[in-house]
Amino acid sequence: MRRWWLALILAVACLPATAEPRTSAREFLPAELKAQQDDDGANPGMLWVEGGAKLWSTPDGSAGKSCASCHGDAPTSMRGVAARYPAIERASGKLMNLEARINDCRVTHMGAAPLAYETDDLLGLTAYIANLSRGMPVSVATDGAAAPHLEAGRKFYFERQGQLNLSCSQCHDDNVGKRLRGDRISSGLPTAYPAYRLDWQKTGSLHRRLRACSLGVRAVQLDYGSPEYVDVELYLAARASSAAIETPGVRK
Amino acid sequence: MRTARIVMPKTAKKGDVIEIKTLITHPMETGYRRDDMGKAIPRDIITLLTVQYGAEEVFRMDMFPGVAANPFAAFTTVATETGELVFTWTDEKGERHVEKATLTVT
Repeated sequence: MRRWWLALILAVACLPATAEPRTSAREFLPAELKAQQDDDGANPGMLWVEGGAKLWSTPDGSAGKSCASCHGDAPTSMRGVAARYPAIERASGKLMNLEARINDCRVTHMGAAPLAYETDDLLGLTAYIANLSRGMPVSVATDGAAAPHLEAGRKFYFERQGQLNLSCSQCHDDNVGKRLRGDRISSGLPTAYPAYRLDWQKTGSLHRRLRACSLGVRAVQLDYGSPEYVDVELYLAARASSAAIETPGVRK
Repeated sequence: MRTARIVMPKTAKKGDVIEIKTLITHPMETGYRRDDMGKAIPRDIITLLTVQYGAEEVFRMDMFPGVAANPFAAFTTVATETGELVFTWTDEKGERHVEKATLTVT
C-alpha cells in the first residue's frame, strides 16, 4: 500500500512542469476592440491584407515574375508558412523573418528592388502571408543553425537595457496584465503582427513594435530588420510556441 | 493608391435587411498637427461617402476631421432588386475612389 502511494507521488513529481499558456494581448482589449479584430469587415488591418493579396499576383522586376509565378495560389501554397518564421534560409544559412524572406525572393528570383520596412507594400505582403496562417499554432525550428540565434535572442530578452535599466522579461513575464499608462502589459506574443495599432493609425510590423519598446526603456532603437531584432523575434516565436496566429491583430 | 473593402452578403431575399460594412485607406489628416519642423500639416480628409443602389442613393455620410484614419462605415439597407451597389468616396482634393459590388436578390 505504501509503495503504491510512493509511486504516485514520484509520478506526479516527475511530470514536466507545464507552464500556464501565455495569454494573447487580445484578451486585455476592451470588448469593442476584440469584436473589431474578429470581424474581417471591421478590422482595418484587412485593408493591408487585401493590398498584399493584389501584390501577390502583380509582376515586378526584371524577371517579369510575380510571387504567384513560383508559389501559385497562395491560400493553398502559403498556408502555415508564417507559423514557421523566422527560419534559417537554406541557401545563405541566414536567419530570416518573413519580411527578409519576401525581399530575398524579390531580389534573387524576381530581379526587383527590395521593399523598405513599413511601406504599405511590404506590410501588405507580410500581413497577407501571415493572415493565411491565422489560427495555426506558431512552431519555429530552434535546433541546428537556429540554435545560436535563439540563444542570442534569449540573452537580449533577459538583458537589462536603456536608462530605465529594464529587461523585456521584467515587464512581459513579471508584470503581465498590469496597467502601464493607458494599456495593459502584454505577455510579449508576436502572433498578431503585422497588427493595426490605433496609436499608429495604420498597420505596422513587429519591428516597429520592438522599436517602441526600446524607446520605452530609453534604450537604443535598433534599425528595422536588424539581426538583433530578428534574433529576439525568433526567441519570442519560440516562447509563443503553439499560440495561434492572429494577424492582423487590432491593438491600442 | 487606395484600397477599399466592402463586406456584404452576395445574395439576399427580397425585403431582407442587409448589413454593409465598408473600409478605405486614407490618412484623414486633421490639419491641426504640425510636423517636426513646426510647419502645419495641411488638412487631407475624405468628406463624403455615397452609396448608389440601382437608381436610388441609399446611404450618404459627411465626414469631418474628427473621423479617424482608414474610416469604417456600416449601414443597413433593404434588398429590393438584383443590381449593383456603387460606393463613392470623395476627398477634399476632389479625388474619387469608386468601388462596386453586386447583390443578387431572390
